[in-house]
Amino acid sequence: MNDFWIILTGSLVAISCALLGCFLILRRMALVGDAISHAVLPGIVLAFLFSGSRDSLTMVIGAGLLGLITTFLIEFFHKKAKLQSDAAIGVTFTWLFAIGVVLISLFAGKVDLDQDCVLYGEIAYTPLDMIILEGGYLLAPKAIVVMSCVLISILLVIYFFYKELLVTSFDPGYATALGFSTAFWHYLLMGMVSATTVASFESVGAILVVALLIVPPATAYLLTDNFKRMLLISSGVGVVASASGYYLAVWMDGSIAAAIATMCGLLFALAFVFSPTHGILKRKLVRAIN
Amino acid sequence: MNKNISAVSALEVHDLTVAFDRKPVLWNIDLEIPQGKLVGIIGPNGAGKSTLIKSVMGLLPLSSGYCKIFDEKIDDVRHRISYVPQRESVDWDFPVSVLDVVMMGRYGKLGLLKRPRKADLDVAMDCLRKVGMESFANRQIAQLSGGQQQRTFLARALAQQADIYFMDEPFAGVDAATEKAIINLLRTMTAANKTVIVVHHDLQSVSSYFDWVILLNTRLVANGPTTSTFTQDKLQETYGGKLTLLSDVGDLIRRENFPNREEKVL
Repeated sequence: MNDFWIILTGSLVAISCALLGCFLILRRMALVGDAISHAVLPGIVLAFLFSGSRDSLTMVIGAGLLGLITTFLIEFFHKKAKLQSDAAIGVTFTWLFAIGVVLISLFAGKVDLDQDCVLYGEIAYTPLDMIILEGGYLLAPKAIVVMSCVLISILLVIYFFYKELLVTSFDPGYATALGFSTAFWHYLLMGMVSATTVASFESVGAILVVALLIVPPATAYLLTDNFKRMLLISSGVGVVASASGYYLAVWMDGSIAAAIATMCGLLFALAFVFSPTHGILKRKLVRAIN
Repeated sequence: MNKNISAVSALEVHDLTVAFDRKPVLWNIDLEIPQGKLVGIIGPNGAGKSTLIKSVMGLLPLSSGYCKIFDEKIDDVRHRISYVPQRESVDWDFPVSVLDVVMMGRYGKLGLLKRPRKADLDVAMDCLRKVGMESFANRQIAQLSGGQQQRTFLARALAQQADIYFMDEPFAGVDAATEKAIINLLRTMTAANKTVIVVHHDLQSVSSYFDWVILLNTRLVANGPTTSTFTQDKLQETYGGKLTLLSDVGDLIRRENFPNREEKVL
């Protein structure tokens, strides 16, 4: 049963990240996802210090706010200070992340947060934190309930606001001329990325969540020219990576999160070589035939 | 009634100043354009031509002044405004088809939570037909040539079924045949009392394409019907200082002194 819960948690995280990642990479903002995943750390610590509980909702709110602040700061440094956007990202997230680490070490006694767990996650422990119903029935691991809520919200937003997200991603200038608020959809997307990062940090950790945000969408990008299909393939890649990564970790007796990210990389490499549309093998063949 | 509506000017700009980093790009622009005109915005590089249409549509912050379209605030008439951005402004590797892009023209008309319907699809296909791209509907946009990309953008703007169209260099990187087809399409639109405002680079074609010109070089040099406004004096004022260009312009004017009247009537 534990296997099942772990793979399910991994898959829920992977699908959530894969869907959001598709928008991120097409908006050329993959590294903003990276930045947010790190910068939410002080949000998590502060939310914990203020509320005194490791209640998921408080943390998601705390981290969500920090995620938005990160996005705002990056835009601010880029637009107002004329800093290159990659430099703006680098300045913002390392600084916020460092504050998070300082906070953890300062309040180490009071904060029941394990740095290793925050950074690398510990998906293997998720089945231990079960939600127990009255009468002693075990419902499901808490991480699964939290991630299901996150995934359902993401699916609802993408389903209902597909056209807004698509047009603001493809052509922001035109979207503004049509009367869509690009800023609103930008911050909504970034808010969702922050919430997802935070909800998944317990299982995959702040660093490896970046792999799930970027690598499956990048793989899907190589495999299709259709955006809806890209969302589907990206999710599929995430699930395959989670399941195969888990068994790889069991076989090697190593870190599950790292094994999942490794599998993501492997799937990307396969797509890079064998993709029927963009693969290098296909290009070589076409050149050979011509 | 009908007369009243067309009496309202399509575009009104008052004391418009736009600055980037405190350096003015547009300075104190005042102009008015009647409905149903095919308007060319002419000026040297960096004159603020794109900036003018972007700021009129509210895409850039104004340092001062205001704009009105059909005598109303921009945000109240967005559904009547259509826009063709510069082709380079988007990522043509984006995984969408030509039809997906043209359908975006319908998005403004749909409310929140509404999906495009069959009627919207019909409009989109019809617009693709008008620009001669119907056989490319399901083509991925990365596979298009420059001219086809431009026609896709044009179809998307047409799908908005607007009353005023702003086009940022729609002829850039377009072959001569496509350019002619596009200009004919724009003519049929202005004949139906639509207003089309085009940022244009090629001085040679100005007098045969446009019936109204805006000459711009940070300040407004002139604004009026092509026949009375597109003159050597005004052009010198617009392009002043650029000596190499000046002689070209002189040649041009000499040639334009013998315009083909028949073609203009068409």
